[in-house]
Amino acid sequence: MAPLINPITLLFASIFTSNILLSNFLGMCSFISISKEWKSSVGLGLAVTFVLTITAVICWLVLYYIIIPLNIEYLSFIIFIIVIAAVVQILEMLIDRLSPALYLSLGIFLPLITVNCAILGAILFMQIRHYTFLQSLAFGFGSGVGWWLAIVLLAAIRERVEKNPVPAGLKGPGITMIIIGFMALAFLGFSGMIQVQ
Amino acid sequence: MSAFLVGPLVSAGLTALLALVIVVTDKIVNNYGDVSIDINSGKKKLPVKGGAPLLLTLAGQGIFVPSACGGRGSCGACKVKVLSDVGPHLPTELPYLSPEEIAANVRLSCQVKVKKNLEIELPESLFNVKKYKARVASIKKLTYDIKEVLFELPPDETIQFTAGQYVQLVVPPYDKIKDSVQRAYSMSSVPGDHRHIELLIRLVPGGIATTWVHTKLQVGNTVELIGPFGEFHVHETPKTMLCVAGGSGMAPFKSMLYDIAERNLYPEKEIWYFFGARSKKDMFYLDEMAELQKRLPRFHFIPALSEPQPDDEWQGETGIITDVLDRYIKTTISNAKGFEGYLCGSPGMINACIKVMTANGIPESEIYFDKFA
Repeated sequence: MAPLINPITLLFASIFTSNILLSNFLGMCSFISISKEWKSSVGLGLAVTFVLTITAVICWLVLYYIIIPLNIEYLSFIIFIIVIAAVVQILEMLIDRLSPALYLSLGIFLPLITVNCAILGAILFMQIRHYTFLQSLAFGFGSGVGWWLAIVLLAAIRERVEKNPVPAGLKGPGITMIIIGFMALAFLGFSGMIQVQ
Repeated sequence: MSAFLVGPLVSAGLTALLALVIVVTDKIVNNYGDVSIDINSGKKKLPVKGGAPLLLTLAGQGIFVPSACGGRGSCGACKVKVLSDVGPHLPTELPYLSPEEIAANVRLSCQVKVKKNLEIELPESLFNVKKYKARVASIKKLTYDIKEVLFELPPDETIQFTAGQYVQLVVPPYDKIKDSVQRAYSMSSVPGDHRHIELLIRLVPGGIATTWVHTKLQVGNTVELIGPFGEFHVHETPKTMLCVAGGSGMAPFKSMLYDIAERNLYPEKEIWYFFGARSKKDMFYLDEMAELQKRLPRFHFIPALSEPQPDDEWQGETGIITDVLDRYIKTTISNAKGFEGYLCGSPGMINACIKVMTANGIPESEIYFDKFA
């Protein structure tokens, strides 16, 4: 029973009200470590959006045309991971060949994304919430954009914080965690608007 | 029964399918056809298949750019000047390149993919670099943590090198080490011996290559050596050589000294060699150096212990090697012909020696060293 939420609404919901980073806290490792520079965070965010959209669609097809008909849902975890890894590999090769400029901005982040839990997390949400194809597409893309938005905001804040006197013990990850906390609080303000299940 | 099989079969089948797609994509997408690499504006033209990193493509053609990590972009050794436009520097290259190198189009050859005809510049000496499958002829324990390993080249092969150069030892995967790694070691053998390569290898606690040499390597084993590399050599000037080494830093100097003694090179040159160790148990080659002093009257060997133990019965110099060096420059060695510095050892020792030497008026451009770190 697919929830009756409109894909467009779901798109906005996944960007703002249930942001995959700031309300579900998925993909934290790269969120903290790659957010020192605004430029690389944009690259990583784009790569996550790109991979998340494509893998959400592919995994939806795999889920409804292979996993469920064959009744092997207990293997969905491992199958999703394999699909994500393979898709990232193929994408990396294609981007390298077709768009060297895009490769330059995404290239080195793509392999990192294979193990980004935001990707697997979003796909598992798609599974347990029984999204339709369009909903999955909207949710995958929206979650990616949400992740991009959150990391770009964080990087912009961190670049400013760098220039200010931070107590020695809080430098680096310490102050970053506090900033993320504030950001999550701010995003929490959106949360009553749309209920995503 | 079939219920148990479906799951594994489907996931295996899916994996195989995806692997197939990857292989096919790789074949189609990564096929850049036949391209050529032009080295040193026409000196050498190599027709190659495109698609692989420059480092591997060159190695396939018998040109071995030094690399310690084997092409994973973690050592920064495989620098090559690429004259053709291959796009801006990748973020993976930037940490290893200075602003001057970036401006001069120096790239890490393991990160640059060969996609079209390339023009590159390489030091001529690299054309001489070969890969040898050498047999371990002997292993001698010099101290409790330094081994002298002698490699014999295959019957039909020889090596040409200048004293002071190094080779890369290829360490195969062992125990928990899953990847082959390469490490650079200065050759301690005489260049006149074209059939052997001798290395001095000190056990570094936790070191991948040194642990392998000290615990796994046996006489009779075959290992891969790539070389010779490096610009460290004796300069043909009348200036007095001030050599400083510690531990396995002995290697290039042993090679240089025996080379000088055998061929009576640079007859004008005085040679002072300061060798530092902690205590007697870290000291080696004392007899060999004493014998060399007899053969070569212009050579002076100054071994020094920084922490002599009471039962060492040490008669020689004591103190940190840089202090000994400073004392000798100020009081004993004549500066009539000027000084040249030659250093081999840990980065810490090299930096400390550069400080002492420059403070004594030796220009930094005349202090030579290979920094392995």
